[in-house]
Amino acid sequence: MKYIYADHAATTAISEEAKLEMMDCMDRFYGNPSSLHRPGQEAAEMLAECRETVAGLMNADPREIYFTSGGSEADNQALLTAAKVGEKKGKRHLISTAFEHHAVLHTLKRLEQEGFAVTLLPVYDDGLVRPEDVTAAIREDTACVSVMYANNEIGTVQPVREIGEICREKGVLFHVDAVQAAGRLPIDVKDMKIDLLAVSAHKFNGPRGVGALYCRKGIRLVNLIEGGAQERGKRAGTENLPAIAGMATAFAAAWETHKESNEKTAAMRDRLIAGLEKIPHSKLNGDRQKRLPGIVNFCFEGIEGESLLLHLDARGIAASSGSACTSGSLDPSHVLLALGLPHEVAHGSLRLSIGEENTPEEMDYIVKSVTEVVSYLRDMSPVWEELETGKKPHLL
Amino acid sequence: MLYSEKVMDHFQNPRNVGKMEDADGVGEVGNAKCGDIMKMYIKVKDDIITDVKFNTFGCGSAIATSSMATEMIKGKSIDEALELSNKAVVEALDGLPTNKIHCSVLAEEAVKAAIEDYRSRQTAKEM
Repeated sequence: MKYIYADHAATTAISEEAKLEMMDCMDRFYGNPSSLHRPGQEAAEMLAECRETVAGLMNADPREIYFTSGGSEADNQALLTAAKVGEKKGKRHLISTAFEHHAVLHTLKRLEQEGFAVTLLPVYDDGLVRPEDVTAAIREDTACVSVMYANNEIGTVQPVREIGEICREKGVLFHVDAVQAAGRLPIDVKDMKIDLLAVSAHKFNGPRGVGALYCRKGIRLVNLIEGGAQERGKRAGTENLPAIAGMATAFAAAWETHKESNEKTAAMRDRLIAGLEKIPHSKLNGDRQKRLPGIVNFCFEGIEGESLLLHLDARGIAASSGSACTSGSLDPSHVLLALGLPHEVAHGSLRLSIGEENTPEEMDYIVKSVTEVVSYLRDMSPVWEELETGKKPHLL
Repeated sequence: MLYSEKVMDHFQNPRNVGKMEDADGVGEVGNAKCGDIMKMYIKVKDDIITDVKFNTFGCGSAIATSSMATEMIKGKSIDEALELSNKAVVEALDGLPTNKIHCSVLAEEAVKAAIEDYRSRQTAKEM
């Protein structure tokens, strides 16, 4: 049996067309887009084309697109910009959610150390932000609201359109981390009233090390990197044109096929959910309906996630977990804790993130393997023994 | 690779895994909140550990260190088993990643807890 890759939320394999585009770009557009000679100008034209493509995919103006090294850089720059813009008007309050990616949370932490006040909204046990909570949290001095389009660990899709309306009405900047959503869910920055938005190429079968930041016209970006006139002077460094071309190609291809792809993926996702729910004392994390087509996240009581991952890997399945041992700290994932899950339950989490190249048969094999491994690990778990003998109550 | 071949071997084919109904000493260390619990059972005859079993809730290295520790104390005297250090377990496994060293500490503590339980049972019997 071939190895099953079910970790698409971590990264995706590059598509054949993006790879070919990149190689072609390296051959043909070797010039520096800042140079005045012909090879340079040809590269500049190619760069402009890519910018148009990416802008078009979010209904933005090409002049509102800034290429970055990825989603993290784009999130950092967006938040530092929003904070700076607010500060000029005496607004030093930022709103976000408890289960954002660390690219957002750590930047907010840094701004907090610089004197900004930060409010993190709850996401409840279904992993969904409530627009009314956003309304209630906005103060006179709120500079920005930052909410992810879809969560990277549990896949829940947030009501960004409603939140955008609220923010625009209140005159507050709205930043969206769309890293997991791009290429799968519609992005219309005008209609959704988004001011800043981050995407990353390697989540939609593009290359890693490249992303884009949308920044609405009229918002003055704060530089993270100084040193040149690239990206309208807002992001110095010779443009990584092959990567940018790979991203534009992959983004366009993902969007072109997103309907069929989402449908196919969601059917496999639901097959996985149905199968895994049969495991006793398990729980699907996050709202059942409002979720990305490819992300499934479960907790299994009485076991620890890393052991589960290693056994699945040995059986030819790539997955991920939010256990402490995989998060690199003693605490399990902040996303699972934000859902209100107790530590001991959050340690036993499993994220399966699938793509359209997976097959329904693979889903059945995953369900069978997870069921067997969970049962094996429970048999050797003193925690499970206590739960089964009634010494401790089951939490799931 | 995160883990050495030895760690993976003990993780995938753990030695002495299971429960022991008639154990002479049982030790449990760690807590579920932090993600690691080890429970060790020992059978003792004439001051020699004749059998060991373990149950572990935890990551790959927690299972591997438990398994290795049971192998290292089986057939040893109580005093010899008490000398087992976490360092010796790590060395026997050809090393552990830095952030997993605490698992080996837990394994050492589990052995000591089981022996302590055995000794307190002995004292209780004598009294």
